[in-house]
Parts: sequence; structure tokens; C-alpha cells
Amino acid sequence: MERIKEIRSRTVVLPNDDIDTDQIIPARFLTTTTKQGLGKNLFNDWRYGKDGSERPEFVLNKPESRGAAVLVAGNNFGCGSSREHAPWALLDFGIRAVVSTEIADIFRSNSLKNGLLPVIVDAETHRWLLQHPGADVRVDLDTTTLEAGGKRVQFPIDRFSRYCLMNGVDQLGFLLERSDAIARYEQAHA
Amino acid sequence: MQSLCEKIWAAHVVAPETDDTPAVLYVDLHLLHEVTTPQAFDLLRAEGLPVRRPDRCLATLDHSTPTVPVKTLKDLEIVSEPSAARQVRQMERNCKDFGIELRGFASRDRGIVHVMGPELGATQPGATIVCGDSHTSTHGAFGALAFGIGTTEVGHVLATQCLLQRKPKTLAINLAGKLPTEVTAKDLILKIIGTIGVGGGTGHVIEYRGSAIGALSMEERMTVCNMSIEAGARAGMIAPDDTTYEFMAGRPLAPQGAAWDAALKRWRTLPSDAGAKFDKEISIDVSKMKPMVTFGTNPGMVMPIDGTVPTDGDPAFRKALAYMQVEAGKPMLGVPVDVVFIGSCTNGRLSDIRQAARILRGRRVAERVRLLVVPGSEDVKRQAEAEGLDEVVRAAGGEWREPGCSMCIGMNGDTVPSGKLSVSTSNRNFEGRQGTGARTVLASPLTAAAAAVTGAIADPRELMG
Repeated sequence: MERIKEIRSRTVVLPNDDIDTDQIIPARFLTTTTKQGLGKNLFNDWRYGKDGSERPEFVLNKPESRGAAVLVAGNNFGCGSSREHAPWALLDFGIRAVVSTEIADIFRSNSLKNGLLPVIVDAETHRWLLQHPGADVRVDLDTTTLEAGGKRVQFPIDRFSRYCLMNGVDQLGFLLERSDAIARYEQAHA
Repeated sequence: MQSLCEKIWAAHVVAPETDDTPAVLYVDLHLLHEVTTPQAFDLLRAEGLPVRRPDRCLATLDHSTPTVPVKTLKDLEIVSEPSAARQVRQMERNCKDFGIELRGFASRDRGIVHVMGPELGATQPGATIVCGDSHTSTHGAFGALAFGIGTTEVGHVLATQCLLQRKPKTLAINLAGKLPTEVTAKDLILKIIGTIGVGGGTGHVIEYRGSAIGALSMEERMTVCNMSIEAGARAGMIAPDDTTYEFMAGRPLAPQGAAWDAALKRWRTLPSDAGAKFDKEISIDVSKMKPMVTFGTNPGMVMPIDGTVPTDGDPAFRKALAYMQVEAGKPMLGVPVDVVFIGSCTNGRLSDIRQAARILRGRRVAERVRLLVVPGSEDVKRQAEAEGLDEVVRAAGGEWREPGCSMCIGMNGDTVPSGKLSVSTSNRNFEGRQGTGARTVLASPLTAAAAAVTGAIADPRELMG
């Protein structure tokens, strides 16, 4: 996995609360057997009209949103299903960090395993970000801070996940190194 | 003094958590289906890793499978979208290559993974159970710690039978009082989600407690635990009791003989100790409850069936009402219905179909309403047919289908057309969940059946003798 230290980008803002994984990537695109290529269907039913053309009023379709790597979303982002296709689709589209006041558990866990940074901020910072779409922000994983509008705020992240992201370490390797302990557990509980 | 959740956690720690590293947690049962596993098997192939414990895997086909009869993979090519058919074939191949028994089209056991596990007795008190599916919380009804995981973690469990986890916080929900007759477990969980909100359980494992929970059957408890994730909680659980053990006794994968007696002794120590501390605790009195329906685009937007749609100036709230084509201040009763879906891991069990049949018997589905009844498993289908419930559905003008996730997820050929309103016994009323532009009202099997025969949202209590 690619190492992450910092992300500098403009933001794109989706202010809706409770954006669920069915909006991020609708279920009919889950018949795929790979991780690639899901970006074109990210927010599919918000992004495209019935005839398949882009809806110009949807924020991701606006010229100023192109290339933005930080998504600022309403409260409780990523609720709903466990589909890892949601972070895969966001990453494939080019999003590298999601900022909200609350991010659903399974989505957050899936994101951390794929190099998509879940950034949880306080209500005041969140409000500022929602009010300033396109703001330049810097997410620094080393200091676990987000810098926006001349202010710097800390965000919480599990130390192990941070270590893995910064060093490009795959969590499966860590588990495989514990094979002896797992075998001992299995023997004791056989 | 420990809670049920803490006891199960402690018994499964292979390596304890530290500030720097999460715990290594052992998984007793890994449920697998075709949608969230292909990329995990690919990873194993790429790394040259075997599945550590194929004997701890329980695999089936449910999400992308059609609900018209399919006996062979050849049939599948005819009825399914090519990508869905490919996914099913891939699952067959992955299970074969890695030595996992697949309960596929030829199996008498096949069913929605969360219906099948308990039915076979694979779901057991005190166990850790995971699946690449958020409704894994269902299995918590047996006093198991059961939660949904992503595909990367599916790969971790396949390779090591373990997960890296931080110990979750606990939330006790005390349900006091007695549920009124004709108010179901589905109404109860909708009420709970409406009370704590769709993010109210985030970061927590819920333990449902109290007299109203003790009085529920196992199938009802599964309905409650199933939708814990709709309140943001990865897991919901209920302490095992005699109702649990009666349900489990004699099931094929449950312990037998002396092993059963030993297990029973162990299981009886699982309930939370008196005085166990929870990180959060709330109480709800259920004795005045009514049947519930959703009016918006998440399961927390819910109201008593005879109430009026709430008013809220929030733009997102108004957007949800606009999508649903319902008006603030107006009743949901009488709103015309196009499709009724009875099934899913929430309400696709025998007791759910019996409930629906109570309303359907001797009545006809309203003109221009499509009623789809989808048993949760082959076993549910066999039992329902033995009771003649399939005939009740057909005589009413409904469709009696093959087991699967069907219209709950709309990725298998069963969808609600754009703009149409569906009353559904499933778990999610998100925009487009049942098909692009589909409008979903979540309700119990009784309320769904009442909608089918009247052609509009109706109070089932008025149709019951």
C-alpha cells in the first residue's frame, strides 16, 4: 500500500447528513469481482440523469470540483452496509480523505485499510468547512492535524492504523506474524 | 462484573490490545456470500495463502441470486445479468479451490446467510461471528458477538481466523413493559432507531434487555438485532435464555449429547452480571407502542402508523420528504402503494410469513399492487409450503418466490420501478435502495400485508379478527 503522510487539496462539499453507502455506490454495481473501476459509479444516482448524462448541478460534476481529493460531508457519513466498494469507489474517483463530525464504524474501518483517510472534526471546524467549499486544506497524518482557513485542529485516529498508513504496512502481515499465538489459542480451545 | 459483550470479548482475545496495537480477536464462525468475498479470495491467491479454517466457514449464495427457480448454473445464465451470474460462478470456484463447503443451488440449506446460520444451529451463544455483511448483527439474538466486516477483513479472517479489533463500547437499551398485541418486533426496532437515531449506536455494541425482550421468540429477537446497524451499532445482542436453548436444541450444527450439556452449562454463565457497567444506558417503555412505518429516506425517519409526518425545517429533511413524495403534517395512512415486499434477513422467516398470511388469507391483493413474498431460505420455504402458506399467497394474487435477498437490495433482478412506492419488510429505505428512484416504506409483515390487500398504507389492527 502507498505511504500517506499528508494530503493537500481543495475540498468538495456534500453537506447532507447520513450519506449512506447505497448513495456512495448503489448495490447494482456490486456484482463486480474486482476493486477497480468503481469511480465512474461513485454517487451514481446523484451524479447522472436518467439518460446517463452528468447532472451539471451536482457538486462533483462542477468544473471547480474536478481534482479535489478531500470530501467534506454532513454528519454520520458512510452509514449502512459493510460494502468496501464504497471506499474503493471514492479512491478510484480520486478522493483521499473524508471529513465529517462522525463517520460510521464499518465504513471507517474499511477506509483505513485502503488508504482513504477518515477525518473527524469538531462541529465548529465542520461548519466552517461546509461554508467554504473549495477551501484549500492540508491533512497531516504525522501530526494528525487538519489545517483550513488559517486554523489547525487535531483529529483522532487509531495509532496502529496511522502507523500502517504512514509506513505502507499491510495489516494482514501483522496478523500472519501472530500465527503461533493463534495456533496456541486454537489448541487451548479445541 | 462483566457484561455479555465483555465476557465474549475476553474469551476470544488471542493477543490483548495495547496503546499501539489493537487486540487479535479469534473468530468462531465466518459466514460468506458471493458479493463481498471475491476480492478477498483474490488476495489469498496473490499471496499464496490457504484458508486457515475452512471448517469454520459457512458459505452460501443469496445477494445476487434470482428468486425465480434456478437448479443449475446453466439456468443462471438465462435469468441473471451476466455480471451477477459471473459472481455466483466465481463463488462456486472460490469455495471449491479453497476447500469450503458451499450451500449453493443444489443444497437444501441455501438461504439468506443470516437466516441459514441460526437455522442450522451454526449460530451459538458466546461465539464471535463475522460476515462481509452489516446485518450480521442478527446473530446477536443468540447471545453471540456478531458484526459486519469489510472485504479486506474477510481476507484477514480467511487467512488467519482472526481480526484486529479495538474493544467496543457498550450501550444497554432497557425495554420495559409488554408490547401490545399486534405490535411486532419490527415495530419495536423501528421505534428504537427512531429514538436513538441512525448514528445513535455508532462505536457501540447494543445489549437489548428487559421484560419486553425476554418475552420475544427467537425469530423476533433476530428481527430486533438485525437492524442494530441501522442505528449505527455494529452489533446488537440479547442474553441467551431458555427460549434460545429450546430453539437451538437438535439443530444439525448445534452440539449434541454430552457436548450439548457442557455447552448449556457454559452458555448459562454468559448473561451480563448484575451491576455490570455499560458505557451508555437508555430505557424505553413499550407498553403504549403502535405499529410503525418510515416516512423518509433512512430508518430513523419513522412514526406511529396512525400519526402524521413530522415537520422539520432542515433542508435534508425536506429533501427526504420530497423524494418520498409525502407531506409534513399529513398522515401516512391512505398513501397509495405500488409494490409490497415480504422477505429479507429482517423479516423473511416462517413466523413473518405466517403473520402476513393472517392478513392475506381470504383476501385479494389490491388491483395494480404487486406482492412479492420471498422466503428467507429453502428451509423456510419448505416449512411454509407444508403449512400451505404459499397457497395463501398465490390465492391472494401474490407471487411466491425462491429464497434470496431479493428486493431488499435490488441487485438480483427484483427491483421496485422508479417513482413507485414500496411497503417493504426489509431494513433500509435509503434512496434507490430497492431500485433507482424507488420509494421505500419500512414496516412489519402485518403492515405490509395490510398495504397489499388495501392498496394503500393501512393499519393492520383494523384487518385482524
